[in-house]
Amino acid sequence: MWDGEAAVAALPTVLEGFGVTLVATVLGFAVAAVLGLALALIQRAGPVWLALPVRGAAGFVRSTPLLVQLFAVWVLVPGLDAPVLGVLVLGVHYATYLSEVYRTGIDAVPKGQWEACTALSLPRRRVWRAVVLPQAVRKVLPPLGNYAVSMFKETPLLSVITVHEMVHEANTYGSTHFAYLESFTLAAAVFLLASWPTSVLVRRLEARLAH
Amino acid sequence: MADFLPELGRAAPRLADGLLVTVEATVLGAALALVLAYALGLLSRSARPPVRGAARLVVEFFRGTSLYVQLFWLFFALPMLGFRLEPLACGVLALGLNFGAYGSEVVRGAVAAVPRAQTEAAIALGMGPALRLRRVVLPQAHALMVAPFKNLLIQLLKATPLLSLVTVPDLTFQIDQLRSSTGATAASYLLLLGLYFGLAVVLSLGMNALERAAKARAGQEGGV
Repeated sequence: MWDGEAAVAALPTVLEGFGVTLVATVLGFAVAAVLGLALALIQRAGPVWLALPVRGAAGFVRSTPLLVQLFAVWVLVPGLDAPVLGVLVLGVHYATYLSEVYRTGIDAVPKGQWEACTALSLPRRRVWRAVVLPQAVRKVLPPLGNYAVSMFKETPLLSVITVHEMVHEANTYGSTHFAYLESFTLAAAVFLLASWPTSVLVRRLEARLAH
Repeated sequence: MADFLPELGRAAPRLADGLLVTVEATVLGAALALVLAYALGLLSRSARPPVRGAARLVVEFFRGTSLYVQLFWLFFALPMLGFRLEPLACGVLALGLNFGAYGSEVVRGAVAAVPRAQTEAAIALGMGPALRLRRVVLPQAHALMVAPFKNLLIQLLKATPLLSLVTVPDLTFQIDQLRSSTGATAASYLLLLGLYFGLAVVLSLGMNALERAAKARAGQEGGV
């Protein structure tokens, strides 16, 4: 049965894990946001010999399980710290999602904007940096936010490569103190408390950008 | 690597078993998710605030508390309350609840996107609420649901390797055994990723066919 004292005792351990979870999410999302944009730009404006293989590789990474990717890279790439490797694999996996998000954003920039750039004979670099990307990224902020939330909820996967994030800590605490019920319920509560306000925020942002 | 292929041949029956478990978890999880998605999606459009509120609460709960925590909770914590489920049942339940909650948003959005005039026309023709939903609103909503459901189904397939963490002998579990017995790490994981990719492609093609059929039934463009 539920033991309130055990829950209070497990709280510091779970919260310590939550710190790791947060850091992994922030760093992983930073990798995904930058790499995702690069992937989108290569597929949209890069040379064909580069764009085609990149599209194929991104599709493969997107359609295969993150867990298996983590295992594979963990075993095949020795010498990298587990947290570093975890953040990189998480970042690359989500970059393949985000590149599609950026792509829809770029496609949604009105054709007139491109024509105006041509009329002003702006250099290509400035067309992207000053005209297209600012509008494209602004449009896709809500889906980017949603992906950040779902990445946050997928960080427990890093526990399989021994990263001490929240679910790993909850699992260890549960097995050593025989308090699985309390430790996992706490972990669930922390996820709910952290992700719910964030999704509400994203929905508000969505509503604001719609006008 | 040289003896990987003979080992692979010997392990083939076990890999086939693993593949079957993965397909089973995907199909059962998706079936449960589909039922929940419809129930929660339609309830969260109810005219009665308590019903709507309860449905929203359930959806937010299962969306907000990570699939991994749900699975581990069902596997490790639930037995401490006196209920022990089979590992595969834990997996199917966790997948169904989590993806059902995400799917309910798809159902809700698709039903909301059917033009209001369609409902008004059905009311004018004297159709009752159930008939309206079944014959007018849902057929049009279905065509909009298939594409997002396809994404969710592939996400669900990609989440099934988690079941190997709670001792379900799925494809990942079996290939991991093969890997440790042969030591052919790269070949094993490449094979595993390739198999999942193949499954994802098959699901994707199947859902594309469903989408064409749904559009044709709703009399929309792109249908046969």
